[in-house]
Amino acid sequence: MVFFLSSIVLMLIGLYAALTKRNLIKIIIGLSIMDTGINLFIISLGFVKNATAPIISLKELFKSNSLLVDVSKVVDPLPQALVLTAIVIGVAVTAMALSIVIRMYSVKKSIETDDYKELKW
Amino acid sequence: MKKIISIILLAILGMFFFNIVSAINFGSNIKKGSVSEHYIEKGINENRGSNLVTSIVVNYRGFDTLGEVTVLFLAATGLSFLLFSCKCRREFDKVISSLVLRTATSTLYPLILLFGAYIFIHGHLTPGGGFQGGAVIASGVMLLFMSFRNFNINHRELSTIESLAGISFVALGLAGLIVSNSFLANKLLPLGNWNALFSAGVIPLIYIAVGFKVGSELSGLISDMISSTKED
Amino acid sequence: MAELLQYFMIFLILLMIFFAIYAIKTKNLLVSVIASGFISLVASIVYLYLQAPDVAMTEAAIGAGITTLIFVIAVRKTKEKEK
Repeated sequence: MVFFLSSIVLMLIGLYAALTKRNLIKIIIGLSIMDTGINLFIISLGFVKNATAPIISLKELFKSNSLLVDVSKVVDPLPQALVLTAIVIGVAVTAMALSIVIRMYSVKKSIETDDYKELKW
Repeated sequence: MKKIISIILLAILGMFFFNIVSAINFGSNIKKGSVSEHYIEKGINENRGSNLVTSIVVNYRGFDTLGEVTVLFLAATGLSFLLFSCKCRREFDKVISSLVLRTATSTLYPLILLFGAYIFIHGHLTPGGGFQGGAVIASGVMLLFMSFRNFNINHRELSTIESLAGISFVALGLAGLIVSNSFLANKLLPLGNWNALFSAGVIPLIYIAVGFKVGSELSGLISDMISSTKED
Repeated sequence: MAELLQYFMIFLILLMIFFAIYAIKTKNLLVSVIASGFISLVASIVYLYLQAPDVAMTEAAIGAGITTLIFVIAVRKTKEKEK
């Protein structure tokens, strides 16, 4: 239960940084913290008490005298497969956003959002 | 004023989340008749690979892995399109790195490459796989960038390796379509025994292709970011 | 022994939340980036307690390795202090 609460707190801290900060790199750091919180939430959904990791290399995990695995001894492997994809896509989005920030700095020499006011009237 | 409004909104959002989360039973057993039960019970029989997460990522949900590799390719391409890449001297070239760093890098770099290759070759037996091995190889290349002053990457060779790895992933899927009746089917190679190295059909070959692709892609991404924008 | 492990996990989670608040309050951008890399490292240890070794290896290699590296390169090419 404490894992669920901590992932909610991490998500809200990341969202607060993305909403109220003025420095562009601080906004991107907030998005990265929010990614970590969401992945922690999804993994803690698949936990089963007194079970072990989903790697079948011992004979005790099989049911008696059959080729089927005992379901109550192994943690749910489906959320782990989803989070594997989510972590890689998170780093791709972060790299793309940072390249845009570097390009913006080389044009105007500033990374505060107060200095980009050409679209306002 | 902006901070107070945003704190109130986040507090309301936090109460919504807390209501949802307090109804979930932490650590409950897997339900009967769900998809995970079928993957756990019959996964070994159909795939003969010890790592259940690998057999889900490559075989049962293999199309999502193809989409993820595409997203990573698009991000690396977009990044190299936005940043200038000049052949001038980099700004990090003014200082020679220390003797400890240079000696340690000359000793450790082949071992790092070997460790990364071990991780993605044994992806179906131990925890690991293509993405982890590719990230380890990319951090080894970053170590070379930090230690030596005149180290540069040949982008033409890197993009050749990356394209060949991507083509072989799709070709293995199409071969499954020709032999059996669905894309990325596992009936091309024999399944083998449990816990052996040459087992689990096409799964090790797909992960080797993904490992090469992710490793070369992340190395090219780091090289583009370091040597970008003209320095004056 | 299982009780001791649970108390250690609660301590690690409090450490993660403290460093998250510190990362967005400080004005030195380099310190903030290193704190965000530390959050990824501690999250990798928590994944190992939740019996997920694949995800722990991926988070340690990509979250605490590649993401911190490209953040440091980006901070080096722009300003290092927040106004």
